[in-house]
Amino acid sequence: MATCGQFKTTYREDIKVWKTLWLKSWFAFLFMLMILFPILNPADCYLLYITNICGIAVIGSIGLNMLSGVTGQISIGHAAFLAIGAYTSAILTATLKFPFPIALIISGFVAALLGLVVGLPSMRIKGLYLLLSTMAFYFITLYVLVHWKSLTGGVEGIEVQTKIGSFELDTDLKFYFLIMPIVVLLTAFARNFLHTKPGRACIAIRDRDIAAETIGVNLFKYKTIAFGISSFYAGIAGSLFGHYIGWITPEHFPFSLSIEYLAMIIVGGLGSVLGSIFGAIFIIAVPEGIRLISHFLSNIYPDVIMKFIDLKGVIFGLIIISFLVFEPEGLAGRWEKIKIYFKNWPYAY
Amino acid sequence: MMLEIESLWLNFGGITALSDINFSIEEGKISSIIGPNGAGKTCLFNCITGIYKTRMGSIRFLGRELVGLKPYQISKLKIARTFQNVELFNKLTVLDNLLLGRHNSIKSSFLMSGIFWGKACSEETENRRRVEEVIDFLEMEKWSKHIVGNLPYGIQKRTELGRALSMNPKLLLIDEVSSGMNAEETEDMSRFILDIKEEMGITIILVEHDMRVIMDISDWIMVLDFGKKIADGPPEEVKKDPMVIRSYLGG
Repeated sequence: MATCGQFKTTYREDIKVWKTLWLKSWFAFLFMLMILFPILNPADCYLLYITNICGIAVIGSIGLNMLSGVTGQISIGHAAFLAIGAYTSAILTATLKFPFPIALIISGFVAALLGLVVGLPSMRIKGLYLLLSTMAFYFITLYVLVHWKSLTGGVEGIEVQTKIGSFELDTDLKFYFLIMPIVVLLTAFARNFLHTKPGRACIAIRDRDIAAETIGVNLFKYKTIAFGISSFYAGIAGSLFGHYIGWITPEHFPFSLSIEYLAMIIVGGLGSVLGSIFGAIFIIAVPEGIRLISHFLSNIYPDVIMKFIDLKGVIFGLIIISFLVFEPEGLAGRWEKIKIYFKNWPYAY
Repeated sequence: MMLEIESLWLNFGGITALSDINFSIEEGKISSIIGPNGAGKTCLFNCITGIYKTRMGSIRFLGRELVGLKPYQISKLKIARTFQNVELFNKLTVLDNLLLGRHNSIKSSFLMSGIFWGKACSEETENRRRVEEVIDFLEMEKWSKHIVGNLPYGIQKRTELGRALSMNPKLLLIDEVSSGMNAEETEDMSRFILDIKEEMGITIILVEHDMRVIMDISDWIMVLDFGKKIADGPPEEVKKDPMVIRSYLGG
């Protein structure tokens, strides 16, 4: 129904994000909701905390999706880049007294630089072998964080201050208005990237690298760009995370965090920006949901809350397996199908 | 001469895939390479486009040496190709596949593309115009926004030709255009190939098994057998060559 009477006269119109007035008003509504959301429930700090963590996870998962979903270079070292971002920012603000915004940007670039280094072998090795090399990078990073005590504080970790001049970012609300604009900006960048020359080139590398090279895609260049952008996003996410929780230790960046990010992009949809957002929210929200339900059930069955820790892992695993089996395109794929259904409604085709 | 190949050898371990190949391709003609399975036809294409590295011999395109260049560097000299088994980017639409053919013509950096400002934006629409011309030419408007992996084989083959054409090539290498297609689709493709030569003035090298197609549209034919050239010349001559009849055409 929505496609009727939509005529485009230029190619520019055809590649616009907001093609119709309908879409424009939806985005305006969403935007208003984002601004009003924290104001509407000022008392509920916990919800705001979860939202902020979701925002940070969205940045990280878009980053990983650019590399693993779009370019097809599977990485399980994503937690290392988050840690590098967080520690860089912490060290810059605490020891060297950098103002927070500059530290945030620098930590993104430091992570990107190390991402380039990790990306170098991707020219020679593919698939599982590359996966192992990213894993090795993770353990090297962790080793450095734990053992370079003078810089990182070792296992006790390091305090992270968040000050811009004399203004201190100390509440969830202030952080909400810091994180959300960054999320929006980086999402827009990723979306544009994906629908223009470099994004197409990265997808070409994922699907057929030989054909990509014969039409002029420099494999080395675009793999490197993908690694760089991916770790830049992770660096920014890590830095925001560090500043938000205020004290970071190597334990905040366990190996399972990399797997969790991989789960986000699989559940959300590989190679899709919208999928990364859905996936991040899903993976963060599901454990909270399980917690709420078991909390609620504990009034009726007191034993349940005791078994919660085991249950969480099981349900988490089940969800990922069922996504792989029933919806390989992830939540973003499901979203497209729902949209097509309503577009054609009430006809079947 | 547009493409000159001199004493080209290609070895895989102990196996010689191509031995001492010499030939040259004239500009504006359709030249065909035929031969039995495993004769080295596709190997030759892979050598020209830089996928296989040769140790001996030289391949010169408009006076420039291609041996030693990487595939993406060779594509910048405007040599395009299609593949024997369709090598499309299956998750993308026909339009995006063809836009990928414009990769070399879009100059803006990845940062500008991400911000989508100024030149990055205008380049996208300019190149879209060229791609739409190719889509019109190949009569595939109907499929332009479909995901290419879901389309019938014949359309996929045509998309691959379209992707090569959107590179605005000077030399087009077409590998097995009629494999897996029915008579009608093959005829369509032959017509497109003739149109490409006549309307766009693109030089074409064809690898093909369908003798009817070959004899109808080629200006020049080279026959390979076990990596060796056994004959070349205009179709009428090659058809009568005793060596060719024995090794390929049959009695």
